[in-house]
Amino acid sequence: MKLSQALKMAMMSLKGNKMRSFLTMLGIIIGVLAVTLLISVVQGATGEITGQVESLGSNLVFAQITSPKTVYITVDDVMKLEGMGGIDIVTASKSGSSTVKAGTENKSATVEGVTAQYNQVMNLDLLYGRFLAPLDVEAKTNNAVIGYKVAKDLYGTTKCLGNSVNIKGRDFTVIGVLDEGDSMISSTDSTVYIPLLTYQRLFNDKELGAIYVSAENADAVDTAETTLDEYLLKELGDEDYFTVINQSAILDAMDQILGVMTTLLAGIAAISLLVGGIGIMNIMLVSVSERTREIGIRKAIGAQKSDIMIQFLIESVVLSVAGGLIGILLGLIGLQIFEQIMDINLVLTWSTTALALGFSAGVGIVFGIGPANKAANLKPIDALRYE
Amino acid sequence: MIELTDIKKTYLMGETEVHALNGVSLVIPDGAFVAIIGPSGSGKSTLMNVIGCLDVADEGTYKLDGQYVKDMTERQLGTIRNQKIGFIFQQFNLLPKLTAYENVELPLIYQGLSHDERKQRTIESLTKVGLADRMDHKPTELSGGQQQRVAIARALATHPTLILADEPTGNLDSQSGKEIMQMLKDLNAEGRGIVLITHDTWVASQADEQVRIVDGQIETKGRKGGAQ
Ligand SMILES: Nc1ncnc2c1ncn2[C@@H]1O[C@H](COP(=O)(O)OP(=O)(O)OP(=O)(O)O)[C@@H](O)[C@H]1O
Ligand SMILES: [Mg+2]
Repeated sequence: MKLSQALKMAMMSLKGNKMRSFLTMLGIIIGVLAVTLLISVVQGATGEITGQVESLGSNLVFAQITSPKTVYITVDDVMKLEGMGGIDIVTASKSGSSTVKAGTENKSATVEGVTAQYNQVMNLDLLYGRFLAPLDVEAKTNNAVIGYKVAKDLYGTTKCLGNSVNIKGRDFTVIGVLDEGDSMISSTDSTVYIPLLTYQRLFNDKELGAIYVSAENADAVDTAETTLDEYLLKELGDEDYFTVINQSAILDAMDQILGVMTTLLAGIAAISLLVGGIGIMNIMLVSVSERTREIGIRKAIGAQKSDIMIQFLIESVVLSVAGGLIGILLGLIGLQIFEQIMDINLVLTWSTTALALGFSAGVGIVFGIGPANKAANLKPIDALRYE
Repeated sequence: MIELTDIKKTYLMGETEVHALNGVSLVIPDGAFVAIIGPSGSGKSTLMNVIGCLDVADEGTYKLDGQYVKDMTERQLGTIRNQKIGFIFQQFNLLPKLTAYENVELPLIYQGLSHDERKQRTIESLTKVGLADRMDHKPTELSGGQQQRVAIARALATHPTLILADEPTGNLDSQSGKEIMQMLKDLNAEGRGIVLITHDTWVASQADEQVRIVDGQIETKGRKGGAQ
């Protein structure tokens, strides 16, 4: 018998039982949908986050300071790091959250005191105006650079240079508005940047929250890290009071987390495909015993064992591959929706598609072979007598 | 040529052995028209299934066209059922979801014939049984007599040398039964061998030879006209 004939026969019997065929496929559809969505979303998120971390610049090293209130470093001390072993630019910041007001509008925002070099290190995009200058910090001016969302919420527009914003009872002048950020790891949109010394006075807080240094070049990152580390140890006196992190360490950590997540999700997806496969096997077994007489008739008029085998195997593979295709189709639609909601760029890669299809075809074969074999091995006379 | 020698087939029903065939020896030459008769449970269908290679005997030898069936592989047996033998059953045994045309075409598909050849043979067979105008009907849309004619067309399509019919008229009224018998006689006139099981004495009388089976053994063999 030719394969095209076998395919025709399989399609006919699947069509003869549309509802059952669909329900059987549903297991595979859901499994493949899960695979495509999960893998694509994880891949998309990975790309997004990695991109953001990389956009910080590969030369970035930063230290988070967690020392008790009694031990602290001053900005002036920190700035001395500039030019020391491997370090190019240094900036420091301290942030807290506070309500910011303009007229009758008020909004809770992150207020971050920074030095003028902050912008150089973090590469913020300005929509209007300018960033805080060294003079702003030294003179403890009441100038502020506000995030995109802060501007929108307080003034209804981003064209709000020169307006005043009230933080903790003090009026600040808006000298710069930041462009909308797409970062998921640090949101600049709801942040108000003010000069560090102004911040320290306003919040009565002499500590520094974080120190950012950019290394002279990519090769100097390690040296810069050591310099920063030794400096902080000397100043703070305890290595528990600070943590020095560089960008590649973040990337490594993130890779690790995402790797675990991918494996986990792939595992869940594989299990759901397995369940789908068992569904197919179950239905094929039912189908074989329902059609015992049909098998007997086919054998009586000359069907070979292989003909019966192929017929049933094709039925299960058609079920699983069709389920796979529908799953991928739904996955594509799902990704569109996710893209809208999560505002990230998601693509279904060919390798994911091939993986999902290959897996579902494999499921069809693996779980179809048992029932097909059972059908093929029926003795013609027993099958014919079956009621 | 069918040569059966001392064929035995025993079924075990719980503790008791049922000797469905208990030493049957029979020679059926090519082109013969043989009727097998006997009481219910005497082993007629069992014998037919052995002859048709649907079942194998426990003891004894069966030579089909000079070849020992016991030595054949499953694939060879399938090919014999497909090419040498045409089956007609009491319950018609058509596939209910297929049309008359598709039912008749089925053995030709298993033969691996081309589409054109299948079409030609299928239409030829259906025309021969007078159902050319019912090709697209499903079995449920046909009368019993018409269904049996489709089954005959299916048996014919492969041009078998031997047609085995197990009570082909058993489920039909006498008029349809007569039509079916006429068809079988015509096929026999074409040179095809026919082995037919029946309870009906008139049907049996249409054959050239009658074999009477009782309790799994051949009781009498008789040629038409009463000669032994
Ligand atoms: N699969 C089986 N298992 C057990 N016993 C069986 C089986 N098939 C047939 N038999 C027994 O073998 C004997 C012969 O059966 P068979 O079907 O050949 O009879 P038959 O002559 O065709 O009868 P009928 O005229 O009613 O069709 C019967 O006693 C039957 O009970
Ligand atoms: Mg019988």
